[in-house]
Amino acid sequence: MAPLQFIYEIPEALLLLFALLTGIAFGIFLEKAGFGNARKLVQQFYFTDMAMFKVLFSAIVTAMLGIYWLSYFGVLDITQIYINSSYLWPQMLGGIVFGFGFVLAGLCPGTSCVAVFTGKLDGLAVFAGIFAGLILFAETESGISGFLNISSIGDITLYEILHMNYGVLSFLVAIIAIMAFWFAGRVEERFNKSSSGPAS
Amino acid sequence: MKKREPRPYWNPYIVGVGIGLLIILSFLVTGRGLGAIGAFNGFLASTIHAIAPDYASSKPVFSTYLSGVDHPLRDWVLIEIAGVCIGGLLSGIVSRRFRFEVIKGPRISNVSRLIFAFSGGLLMAYAAKFTRGCTSGLALSGGSVLSPGAWLFMISVFIGGYSVAWIMKKAWN
Repeated sequence: MAPLQFIYEIPEALLLLFALLTGIAFGIFLEKAGFGNARKLVQQFYFTDMAMFKVLFSAIVTAMLGIYWLSYFGVLDITQIYINSSYLWPQMLGGIVFGFGFVLAGLCPGTSCVAVFTGKLDGLAVFAGIFAGLILFAETESGISGFLNISSIGDITLYEILHMNYGVLSFLVAIIAIMAFWFAGRVEERFNKSSSGPAS
Repeated sequence: MKKREPRPYWNPYIVGVGIGLLIILSFLVTGRGLGAIGAFNGFLASTIHAIAPDYASSKPVFSTYLSGVDHPLRDWVLIEIAGVCIGGLLSGIVSRRFRFEVIKGPRISNVSRLIFAFSGGLLMAYAAKFTRGCTSGLALSGGSVLSPGAWLFMISVFIGGYSVAWIMKKAWN
């Protein structure tokens, strides 16, 4: 069963070529969605253009259902894949601060790459900020290392925590997402009537 | 020469499904999803190591990216993000959106916009070390495999974003 990397001896060069091609496709998708443009992306937070929400959740639902079905039919071994470890307090508080940063920057680390490579100079300032943030973290890490690791629950999944069937939870998440997409469309319509409309 | 209009954006749901399929492919081949902030971290670690090797190896946030000989996917995210840059560039040129400019709202100066952008980048990078990932590595990839922390992160990003958006309204619209 896949992941292929664990069945076959894939040469590192081939894996890195795969990384490059995956990245190119990811970059094209982000650019074509308009996510090199900070002002378009940030309209999410003013309800005038919910493209960020739509892309994020349709990608998650597609990948979630695909991974579920591939594991159900024995193509992908779910025990071999990487599940991001959960650290509840750091991820919650860090997420809120990340949200502050997102509204200030209008870009996230991934989309800032697309901004820079389509000539957007504000993307370069985000780059500089990211490097400064990492250096600031290096300088303060010893003082905050206690908080960094609290409320760690390991690489457990949502369906394990909730004692639910994997397929049932995936189905529920997909249903909630579809309702949220419908709602997002309504919200956009409403806010575009009362404002000057989304950014160019 | 007459300036030609940029090509229209793609439907967000088509883009979303496309990125979802990429994530599936990535899990099938490597056992993990996509990422972004790790590439910045790895790039900075190598750069600092070249200038001040003692400093780089004294800080865990950098040294983990240097001593990773037993970590075959160490360079994966770096190459992937190099791909994102290439893909963005190609698509930007083809879509006639490549242009040197500062993207901002009509009511703020370029300098203010660049200061906000820098501050935002700083906050996101600092926060991403607490959360162990950003919108790509944690929200997208972790969300797809139903990691509780990934979903908590996503909800928190939206709460954080919406709670300060009204303060920043003048900067954008």
